[in-house]
Amino acid sequence: MAAITSKLSDESPSTIVSPTNSVTLRISKFNPKTDSAATFVEFKVPVQKWTTVLDVILSVKQHLDPSVAVRYSCRQASCGSCGMKINGRPALACYTKISELNSNVVTVEPMNNFPILRDLAVDFTQFFSTHKKLKPYIIRDDSEVAEDTKEFLQTPKEVEEYLQFSYCIKCGLCNSACPTMATDSSFIGPQALAQAYRYVADNRDAGKKDRLKIIDDSHGIWRCHFAGSCSQVCPKGVDPAMGIQLLRGYLVGFRK
Amino acid sequence: MQESVIMKIHYGTALGAVVLVAIHILFRMTQNFSESLQYESVIANYHFLPYAIMLELILILLSVHGFNGLRVILLELKQGVGYEKAVNYGCIAAIAVLVAYGSRTILMAGFGM
Repeated sequence: MAAITSKLSDESPSTIVSPTNSVTLRISKFNPKTDSAATFVEFKVPVQKWTTVLDVILSVKQHLDPSVAVRYSCRQASCGSCGMKINGRPALACYTKISELNSNVVTVEPMNNFPILRDLAVDFTQFFSTHKKLKPYIIRDDSEVAEDTKEFLQTPKEVEEYLQFSYCIKCGLCNSACPTMATDSSFIGPQALAQAYRYVADNRDAGKKDRLKIIDDSHGIWRCHFAGSCSQVCPKGVDPAMGIQLLRGYLVGFRK
Repeated sequence: MQESVIMKIHYGTALGAVVLVAIHILFRMTQNFSESLQYESVIANYHFLPYAIMLELILILLSVHGFNGLRVILLELKQGVGYEKAVNYGCIAAIAVLVAYGSRTILMAGFGM
C-alpha cells in the first residue's frame, strides 16, 4: 500500500495531452460520368489516438478538398452509411480508428461489388431492392395491433435463434467482401440471405415457404462458397455465413 | 428444376462417386498396376456384369456431377438470360453425349463387339 501511495504521489498533476501524429490519407477519386479510371489523391493529416478514418476524411473535406464525396450520418456504427475499403479491407469509417490500422498510410476506396456514384459513395439501389425482395418483415395472418389480440410472446431461446441477425445495419460490407458477388452480379448476397434467415428462424413468422422459394434460385443461396469473409468484416458481429448454412439446412431437409 | 433439387443431386452424385471409385480402386489393387492395364484384364472387367454396371454408374455419377459443377462455374462467370439458357442446355447435352459415348464403349466391350 505504501508503495502504491508513493507512486501516485510521484505523478505530477498535469493535463495529459495525446501526442499529435500525422498520416498520409490516400483517397480514391472517381466520377463515372467524367473519369475513365480512379486516381488516388494524397493528403497529410494530423491525427490523435482517438481519430477515426471518418474524422480524417471529413477533416480533408473541410480544410483541403471539399469535392471529396463520402456518405456518413450517425458516426457511431449505427446507420451503416460510411462503409468503404480501408487499407484494402471493407470497414465502417466511423468505427475504424487510425491507431488500430498500424500504418502511416491510410488508403480509402469505395466498397467493391457496388456501382460507384462518386469517390467513396456507392449506389445501394440494387442492394436495398434485393433486401426488400426477401420480405424482411414478419408475415402472418393475424396482427398484434388488431383488437382482441396480444403481443406475440417468445421465449429467450426462440429469440436467440435469430437475434444476432437482427443486428444488421445494412452497411453492405458483407456484400463488398463476398467473392461470389465479385463475379456474379445476380447473386442475392450475404446480407439479404442472412436477413432471410433472420425471418425464417423467427417462430412468429409464417413466410418461410415464400422466402425459401426466392432464395432457391440459380443465383441464390447455392452460389455461396462459404468463404466466410462476410462474417469477418461485419461490424455488428452478425455471422451471415452461418445464417446461409443454416438456411441451406431448410432447403436440404435437415431443418424444419 | 429447382436449384435445391439440382444441388441435392450434385451432393448425392459426389458421395456415390466417392464410394464407387473407392471400390473401383480397391478392385484395381488386387493386381499390380501394369497387369491391371493389360488388354485382357480390361476386357475381363467389362465381361463381369456387376463390374460393368458399376463402371456405368461411375460414368453417370461423374458426368452429372462434373457438368453440373461446370454449369455452376459458368453461371457465376457471366450472367444473362440467353447465356444462362445456353449453359444449362449445353451441360445437359454434354452429359447425354458423354454418357451415351461411355455406355457405347462399355456395351461394345461387354458384348465383345
